[in-house]
Amino acid sequence: MNASMWSILGIAVVTSAACALVGTFLMLRRLSMLSDAISHAILPGIVIAFFLTGDLTSPWLVVGAAATGVLTVALVEVITTTRLLKEDAAMGLVFPALFSLGIILITRYAGNVHLDVDAVLLGELAFAPFDRFMVAGHDLGPRALWLMSGILLISTTLITLFYKELKIATFDPGLAASLGLAPVVLHYGLMSLVSVTAVGAFDAVGLILVVALMIGPPAAAYLLTDRLAVLLGLAVGLGALAATLGFGLAFWIDASIAGCMAVAVGVVFFAVFLVAPDRGLVAVMRRRRRQRYQFAEVMLAIHLVHHEGSPEEIEESRVEHLHGKHVGWTPEFTRDVVAGALRRGLVEKAGDRLLLTELGRATAGHALSGAGA
Amino acid sequence: MSGILEFMTDYTLRTVALGSATLGLVAGALGAFAVLRRQSLLGDAVSHAALPGIVLAFMVTGSKTPLILVIGAALSGWVASLLVLLVVRTTRIKMDTALGLMLSTFFGLGMVLLSVIQRTAGEGMAGLDHFLFGQAATLVGEDLVTMAGLGLAVLIVLMLLWKEFKLLSFDPEFAGALGLPVKGLNVGLTTLLVIAIVIGLQTVGVVLMSAMIVTPAAAARQWTDRLGVLVALAGFFGALSGLIGALVSSLIPRLPTGPTIIMAITLITVLSLLFAPRRGVVAGWLRTLSQRKQVASDSILADLYRLADQHPEPAEAPHEVPVLVAMRSGEAVDKGLAELARQGLTALEPDGRWRLTPEGVDRGRHLVHGTLAEGGEPA
Repeated sequence: MNASMWSILGIAVVTSAACALVGTFLMLRRLSMLSDAISHAILPGIVIAFFLTGDLTSPWLVVGAAATGVLTVALVEVITTTRLLKEDAAMGLVFPALFSLGIILITRYAGNVHLDVDAVLLGELAFAPFDRFMVAGHDLGPRALWLMSGILLISTTLITLFYKELKIATFDPGLAASLGLAPVVLHYGLMSLVSVTAVGAFDAVGLILVVALMIGPPAAAYLLTDRLAVLLGLAVGLGALAATLGFGLAFWIDASIAGCMAVAVGVVFFAVFLVAPDRGLVAVMRRRRRQRYQFAEVMLAIHLVHHEGSPEEIEESRVEHLHGKHVGWTPEFTRDVVAGALRRGLVEKAGDRLLLTELGRATAGHALSGAGA
Repeated sequence: MSGILEFMTDYTLRTVALGSATLGLVAGALGAFAVLRRQSLLGDAVSHAALPGIVLAFMVTGSKTPLILVIGAALSGWVASLLVLLVVRTTRIKMDTALGLMLSTFFGLGMVLLSVIQRTAGEGMAGLDHFLFGQAATLVGEDLVTMAGLGLAVLIVLMLLWKEFKLLSFDPEFAGALGLPVKGLNVGLTTLLVIAIVIGLQTVGVVLMSAMIVTPAAAARQWTDRLGVLVALAGFFGALSGLIGALVSSLIPRLPTGPTIIMAITLITVLSLLFAPRRGVVAGWLRTLSQRKQVASDSILADLYRLADQHPEPAEAPHEVPVLVAMRSGEAVDKGLAELARQGLTALEPDGRWRLTPEGVDRGRHLVHGTLAEGGEPA
């Protein structure tokens, strides 16, 4: 690892943290796709601001271009309130139009400058360390690192200051409004943060990675916790993990850094998706399977209770009968269910017949009365 | 005129224009269903997700035959949409989050693969990166045949299963109750959408293709409430914007075709949102305006009727304007009276006083008492 590789990793980790913070609130408010819309729609703002300032990392460019992002959100809302289009269609109308405008501007007027179409999508992380932040002749390090650290600091400060307000407005907008928390102001404040983050990250990592970092780490963290503070922390941590993994992958196979990081975000998400303790796919499948057997064991007890003391009891309580015409289980499933019921002490074996225990009778009675209530 | 002349004679331009029109037609028609089913953003995810499929198809076969790339694109778009469904069904992660995640991950994978073959295959891969933003100028006759063939197949399936898809879009529960295979139809319609998206990738590119799904349907929706008309009109708008975009970008140098097509369809949509006859914004304003006028003149009419009610003279007896002004607290009474006269409800006497016509009496009674005539039914 040389100095410039460390800077690349540093920029990526700081960017991922800044994206994960705002992305968590977007996800909880079901606005994840706004990160896609905003990061595309800021393009014309960036191009025009770039024509004016001539500098892709100027703070003025960040502010000016971020205004385009907020404008997008406002436009989508104006169209939605006319009720002519649903919100998703309004979004699908506004951001490709602005993005197309940006592409046209770049192709026609910025053909030879630093902006080009591929960089828009992928950023130029590999070159980011060479753009230095100079103050009075002193080299203070990569400019993108300063810019993203500044943005991260601003959003951390704002989120800490307005934590309670954001939390209430996110989970209960009605309550927030009745408490006088001005949800509209909070909403647009958050949208401004998203836009500023997207613009700042745009030059370094490109818009696809912005989308990946805003959506993926919060989504993965959401499968691991129910507490907002933990969620924010985990999202930042998982984002940093994905950035680091992607960085390693990129140097290992010598491929696009931003692309590898986006893939790593997906890999981290799917790893969590598979093995998350309570909400992961494996845990969910195991729970569903266990519930299926538990349900079948109760059904077995009910079946036995139903025929207890009747003339056909001897026939109905034989194990072979259970996968016959009345209950309709497969022989394997019957074997497993009977074994489970024996283990839990719901039934006892008497030759090839099953006899209910007290516990089995109580379980069936409980299930039946519960169903009847 | 020179544009049309060129269109008739220039092979490249004709190919590009026909290709763009085809993609607009098919994407518009299928997009109508996507918009109705609130799946607008699915198109965005699927088109981005097509990229790794395109590159993989090239890496595996070493061929840039359109059909092979299209199959790769369709496969990976399809896999992405299945993964979205898996995540949404098994966890508490919402649709939009899952879509955004799959979109960026798959697109990232596509970029990784592109950068790898850029390094290894060198010249051989030239052209694959056109799929990002589309490169309509590279369309040749073979592409056109593929696009037209796939598009025709999609539209035929759409027509054959029209009733089923219609029911699925408006009332999926009823469709299920009727015994229709809802899950299968869902997958079928999504597959058609994927193919429609893939048709346009070469011209418009993966990044902007989603707009060709959403925008024509959004425009068409403003003009009609009927599904058949909606689908046809969305297809027409899509094809029209494809043609306009191809022609304009060929006339102006360094104007990329894909974004130009998107600007054309956006313009059509904005005009539709503003000026569509019943739903449009302007029509809405006019409606509000005329309602406001009606309310204002109605209240003057009601005042005239109340005056008549309170006085012993017949209902059609004339009254002074200042009295009405006093009752209306000085609002634009003259204008209101003139409007009422235009509707034949009031009449001006030679002495400058106003009276109700017989029709005005009826309407006034209806306004004040809620009945049209004595003993009549409340309206």
